[in-house]
Amino acid sequence: MHLMSNRLKQLALAGFGAVLLSVPCSAQDNTVKVGVLHSLSGTMAISEDTVKNSTLLAIDQINASGGVLGKKIVPVIEDGSSDPAIFSQKAQKLIQEDKVVTVFGGWTSASRKAMLPVFERFHSLLWYPVQFEGNECSSNIMYSGAQPNQQILPALDYAMQNGKKKVFLLGSDYVFPRTANLILKKHILKDGGVVSGEEYVPLGGTDFSAIITKIKIAKPDVVFSTVNGDSNVSFFKQLAAAGISQQQLPIVSFSIAEQEAKAMGTSLVAGGFTAWNYFQSLKNPKNAAFIAAYKAKYGSDAVLDDPMVHGYIDVLIWAAAVKKAGSFDPNAVRKAATQLASMPSPLGDIKFAENQSLYQTAYVGQFLPDGQVKVVWQSKGALHPDPYDALAFPGKTCVVK
Amino acid sequence: MGHVAIIAGQIFNGFSVGSILLLIALGLALSFGLMNVINMAHGEMLMVGGYLSYLACKFVHGPMSLLAAFLFAFVGAALLGALLEVTIIRWLYGRPLDTLLATWGVSLMLQQGARTLFGPIGVEVVAPAWLSGAVSFDTGVLAGLSMPYVRIFIISVTMVVLVLLTLFISRTRWGLYLRAVHQDREMAQALGVNTKLVDLLVFSVGTGVAGLAGAALALIAPVTPTVGQNYIVYAFLVVIVGGLGSLFGTTLAALFVGLISSAVQMFTSVSLADVFLLVMVIVFIQFRPRGIIFARSRNMKEA
Repeated sequence: MHLMSNRLKQLALAGFGAVLLSVPCSAQDNTVKVGVLHSLSGTMAISEDTVKNSTLLAIDQINASGGVLGKKIVPVIEDGSSDPAIFSQKAQKLIQEDKVVTVFGGWTSASRKAMLPVFERFHSLLWYPVQFEGNECSSNIMYSGAQPNQQILPALDYAMQNGKKKVFLLGSDYVFPRTANLILKKHILKDGGVVSGEEYVPLGGTDFSAIITKIKIAKPDVVFSTVNGDSNVSFFKQLAAAGISQQQLPIVSFSIAEQEAKAMGTSLVAGGFTAWNYFQSLKNPKNAAFIAAYKAKYGSDAVLDDPMVHGYIDVLIWAAAVKKAGSFDPNAVRKAATQLASMPSPLGDIKFAENQSLYQTAYVGQFLPDGQVKVVWQSKGALHPDPYDALAFPGKTCVVK
Repeated sequence: MGHVAIIAGQIFNGFSVGSILLLIALGLALSFGLMNVINMAHGEMLMVGGYLSYLACKFVHGPMSLLAAFLFAFVGAALLGALLEVTIIRWLYGRPLDTLLATWGVSLMLQQGARTLFGPIGVEVVAPAWLSGAVSFDTGVLAGLSMPYVRIFIISVTMVVLVLLTLFISRTRWGLYLRAVHQDREMAQALGVNTKLVDLLVFSVGTGVAGLAGAALALIAPVTPTVGQNYIVYAFLVVIVGGLGSLFGTTLAALFVGLISSAVQMFTSVSLADVFLLVMVIVFIQFRPRGIIFARSRNMKEA
C-alpha cells in the first residue's frame, strides 16, 4: 500500500472529498461508509478530537491511493460528547441508520464498555485506539491500544531493574487506575518490591496536600501515577511547591502523553517518566512520513502522540484486512486482520494477535523541557498482548469466536 | 518525619484548605445568609475569577502581575455578579426555588461559555518566582515539615479579605445599611435606605470575593470550566454549618471543615474522608440546626 503522500495530493483529495459529500446518493455504488465516533465536545474532547483527525488522515490517504476494493471510504463522524450513554446511542445509530461497515472510536473505558453490547448485538466491529486495563475480550472489538503487559508492566520492570523497589501507587478513582494498580501490586510483590502506599483522588480533584504528606512519610523510590486529566496539573504543582523534585522522586505517569504535556505546561512534567507504545520522537521512515502528513493537514505546530497513531494505524490495518478478505463483512474482516503479516508502522512492526489485540513494542521515556520524550528503555521487539494478567486474573483467557 | 511534624503539617494543610473554602463561602454567606438567595452560579464566579487572573497574568508581567490578577478577578467577578443581580436575581426575590433554577441555568451557560472560549482542558496561572519556595524545617521536632509559600500567601489573602469585609460591615455607612436591611427590610426601607442598591452591592461584593477565591486557587490548581463545581457543595456546607448571616460562624465552619477533612484524609482515602465529613455535618445539624452561630433576624422566617 502506498502511504507516502504529498501536499498536492491531499489538496486534490480534499476537493474530491467535498464533491463526494455534496452528492452522497449518486455516489452510493462506489463508496463505503465507516463510522468515526469520538468525543468532540465535553471534557474528553481535547484528547479525542486529535484521534479523530488522525483517523480521517488515514482515510484520506487510502482514498488518495484508490480506496478499498475499488470503493472510496466515506467517514460518518459522530460526537460521543464525553458521555458513555451517548456513545452507545451513536454507535447504534451508525450501525442501523448509516449502515457503516465498521466504527473507529472510543477513548475512556466507560465509553468502550457502553458500546460493547451494541457491537455484539449487531455483529459489527469497533476499532478501539487507547491503552486500557485489559480484563475484557470481545470478538467485536479490535483492541489496538496497549494491554497492561505492554505498558504498565514493562515500566515496572524498568523501575525494578534500576533499583526502584519501593513503589507508591496513585490514581484517579475509576476503573482503569483501580485495575491497573491491582495488577501492579501483584507484580511488585512477586518481584520482591514493596507497595509503600496506594491512594486515589476523585476525577477532577484538586487537593493533593494529604496525599503529598503520605508520600513524604512513605518515602517511596518511585511513584506510579494513573491520575487522569486536569488533576495532574494540581498534583505536579503541589508536589513542586512541597519541595519534591523529579530528581529526588521520579514520577512515572501512564496518562500523560505529548498532548497532555503541552496542554499542562511542559516545564511541569520535564524530567518525569512516561510509558507508551509510541512517541513522536521515534526515528523511523513511517513515523517521519506520518508526522509530515499530519502537520501538512492540521498545522505545523501539531503534537502527535500514542492514541493518535493508534487511531491512524487502525484504519490502515482495517483496509488491509478488507483487501485480504475480499469483503467488508465485519466477521470476515476481523478474521483476516489477525492473519495479516507483520507490517511496518510509525510505532514499529505491528500485527494483530489471535486475541484481536495488537503486538507492539513497549517504550519508557523521559519528558524533555520542550514536552517531547526521550526513549530510555524499550522492550525486545513487539510484545504479545495479554488481556488477562496471569497473577491478577488467574484462569481467565481470551478466546474470540 | 516525626509525629509532631506530621500533625503540624496536617494542621497547616487544614488551614490552607479551609482558607480557600472560606473565601468561597464568604460570598455565599453574604448572598445566601443575608439575602436568602440560593445562587447556584456562585461556583462559576470562582471559575470566572480564575480565568480573569489567567488573562491578567498574560497581559501584565513583572512583580505587579499577581496584584493585577487579584484586582482583575475581584472587579470582573463583582461586575458579573452585579449584572446577574440586575437582570435575574432582582426579579426573583422571595421565590427561592425559581432563583435556584435560574442561577443553575446561568451556571451551565457560564461553564459552556468558558469551554468554548478557553477549551475544555484547564489553563494555568504560573505563580511568580518569589512564591515558589517553602518554609522548611530540617532539624528539631518539626524536621521534614515544609510549608509552601504559595499556601501561606493564600492564607494571608484570606485573612486580609476577612478583616476588610468585617470592617466594611461593622464600620462603614453601607455596612450599617446592610445590617439594617438584614434585620428588618421594611423598616429600613421606611427609614429611607435604598434596599435595592444594598442588595446589588451585597451580591456583587459576594461574587467579587468568590472571584478572589478563583484567583487564589489558580495558584495551586488548574482553572477549568468545571472548577466551581468541585467547591460549590462545600461552600454551601460551610455556610449552613456556620449559621446563616454570621461571618464569624462561617469562618469557624470553614476551618472546621478544612481541619477535619485533612486530618481524616491521613487515616483513610480522599473519598472516604468526604463521606466522614458529610456524616459529621449531618450529626452536627441535628444538635444545632441553625449552625454554630445564629444571627437573629426578622427578615428570615423563623423555623
